[in-house]
Amino acid sequence: MLNTEPNIASPDDFYEALLAIHQDLTPEQARAVDARLILLLSNHIGDMAVLRQAMARAREGIVPAGRDATIAVRA
Amino acid sequence: MHVDYQSLRFEYRRSPDQSSATPSHHPVVVVGAGPVGLATAIDLAGAGLRVLLLDDDRCLSNGSRAICFAKRTLEIFDRLGCGDRMVEKGVTWNVGRVFHGESPVYSFDLLPDGGHRRPAFVNLQQYYVEGFLLDRARSMPEIEIRWGNKVLSLLPREDGVELVVETPEGEYRVLADYVVAADGARSPIRRAMGLESRGRSFRDRFLIADVRMKADFPPERWFWFAPPFHPGGSVLLHSQPDGVWRIDFQLGWDADPEKEREPERVIPRVRALLGPEAEFELEWVSVYTFSCLRMERFRHGRVFFAGDAAHGVSPFGARGANSGVQDAENIAWKLALVLRGEAPDALLDSYDAERVPAADENILNSTRSTDFITPKSEASLAFRDAVLDLARDCVFARRMVNSGRLSLPSTYGHSPLNTPDADEFEGAMVPGAPALDAPLADGWLLSRLGGGFTLLHFGEAPPDLPETVPPVRAVNIARADDVEGLAAHRYDARPGTAYLIRPDQHVCARWRRLDQVKLRAALDRATGRAMGTP
Ligand SMILES: Cc1cc2nc3c(=O)[nH]c(=O)nc-3n(C[C@H](O)[C@H](O)[C@H](O)COP(=O)(O)OP(=O)(O)OC[C@H]3O[C@@H](n4cnc5c(N)ncnc54)[C@H](O)[C@@H]3O)c2cc1C
Repeated sequence: MLNTEPNIASPDDFYEALLAIHQDLTPEQARAVDARLILLLSNHIGDMAVLRQAMARAREGIVPAGRDATIAVRA
Repeated sequence: MHVDYQSLRFEYRRSPDQSSATPSHHPVVVVGAGPVGLATAIDLAGAGLRVLLLDDDRCLSNGSRAICFAKRTLEIFDRLGCGDRMVEKGVTWNVGRVFHGESPVYSFDLLPDGGHRRPAFVNLQQYYVEGFLLDRARSMPEIEIRWGNKVLSLLPREDGVELVVETPEGEYRVLADYVVAADGARSPIRRAMGLESRGRSFRDRFLIADVRMKADFPPERWFWFAPPFHPGGSVLLHSQPDGVWRIDFQLGWDADPEKEREPERVIPRVRALLGPEAEFELEWVSVYTFSCLRMERFRHGRVFFAGDAAHGVSPFGARGANSGVQDAENIAWKLALVLRGEAPDALLDSYDAERVPAADENILNSTRSTDFITPKSEASLAFRDAVLDLARDCVFARRMVNSGRLSLPSTYGHSPLNTPDADEFEGAMVPGAPALDAPLADGWLLSRLGGGFTLLHFGEAPPDLPETVPPVRAVNIARADDVEGLAAHRYDARPGTAYLIRPDQHVCARWRRLDQVKLRAALDRATGRAMGTP
């Protein structure tokens, strides 16, 4: 089960640290940091059911406005 | 004796069928003499059936397309009687290395746990594979091959399928009970029948070059993401027989496929990898875009689609020809039983039930590899690069690096031909699984199985088997035969344990103690006589 109750002792410290690692970065650099962070944390959690719950919550309410770069084929 | 299989040309010969007033009858017509059609024909002939094999061309695969042939494919070639030649000629390799930039990030050793006759992979040019299959096919009197015979259309009839065939001397017709369409990715038969293969194509282009050179690279698979000698793209290097190396360069979507094929463009790319001193010759060059797609169903009445005609994958993971050869052996034994009157037509429906999920498994694996190599969005690129960066010092990330996963045969876990376990078993040999090899005192387990239904029994004496249709042959493994104990280990066997194994060497039932009633019921199920009953 994904824990959505408070779990970090000092939320303000955490939030500050999270912003600090993005300081002075271009959007691309920030994107790289986020991607690494997500992978590190996901591996730490390990439990696929929890990860799926977190992924679903993260995606909630976002209506896709981009597109995937593959092309439909019929042969 | 060295044969240049690439340059062989076969003669078109007029057949008496072309002068016949009514279409001549053939039990099975296989269309396409690629690896899949050839394997199908040999398997059917091995079961005693007369086979007509038609191919529109008069030569084998030109240029090397497939190069990696997996263990299961080699085991199938053993059963078809040409495994030794493939392995003797092929380059056996086990180690794969992945680099990011200049640094190694990950390496894997495919060498399985020992005690298998065949290695995880051999690399062998497709024209050799086809050539060795062809030599085998030509040694079988049941097979008639007609080169320069192009199938134009199929007309279903009550009593069979009529094929309209075009030759240099005009059209003629033949009548078949069953047709195996192994006519490749563009499958003219699929089109003629108004059917489609659907899926996704990746927005990327790859230059594939076969280069002849003297090199001191080890026979390993090397994969680079963004190396200094090809910035921005990936490169794959693979060894083949005769001093030929396969090099793939990722070019990106905007590359011009015509221009990139030209030696003036290719040679500098190769030289950047090999160094300024290297001496090499280009043997074959092509530019590809890859897709993953399949037909919705592979059986259409009396016509069965197999290999690239039925499904297509990107080559990362080597699942094209390897899975096609598994299609071939899946349909062959079923057609043989039905044509001999030993099983009902319903057995043939299980071709779809087994091979469609297998195609999905291959497409899934190959799509995942291609998504890693060819990220399809800004987000997938960011995660790909993050994995490669972390892989330098975080072990977990190395396992996410995906430059192609080992091609493994499918387990038909949900096949209607399986008898679900009633007894307790451990290990991989579940109903539906391809039987694993093991060393025995006098050879290998798989070569003892042969090509019919086999009861693999563990004990001091073979059991008495009832007379059945089709017949079941007993193979007994006594403790003294199982020199390394690997057979008993892999099959979780105790004295009395029995496995019923299909002609394609997949497990269909197993028991701790053989019971003739249960054996008959399992055989009924495995031959489609009890499909749908629980
Ligand atoms: C660059 C590249 C690398 C690859 N690497 C690998 C790999 O490492 N491992 C792997 O397993 N797979 C690999 N593949 C895939 C592999 O080459 C194919 O999956 C394989 O050739 C499919 O075999 P097939 O018999 O289904 O079709 P094909 O080999 O295409 O044969 C079809 C045959 O049908 C004949 N034909 C067509 N139309 C008609 C007609 N109307 N009448 C009569 N005959 C007809 C053709 O002449 C041809 O001989 C690779 C492919 C490419 C392009």
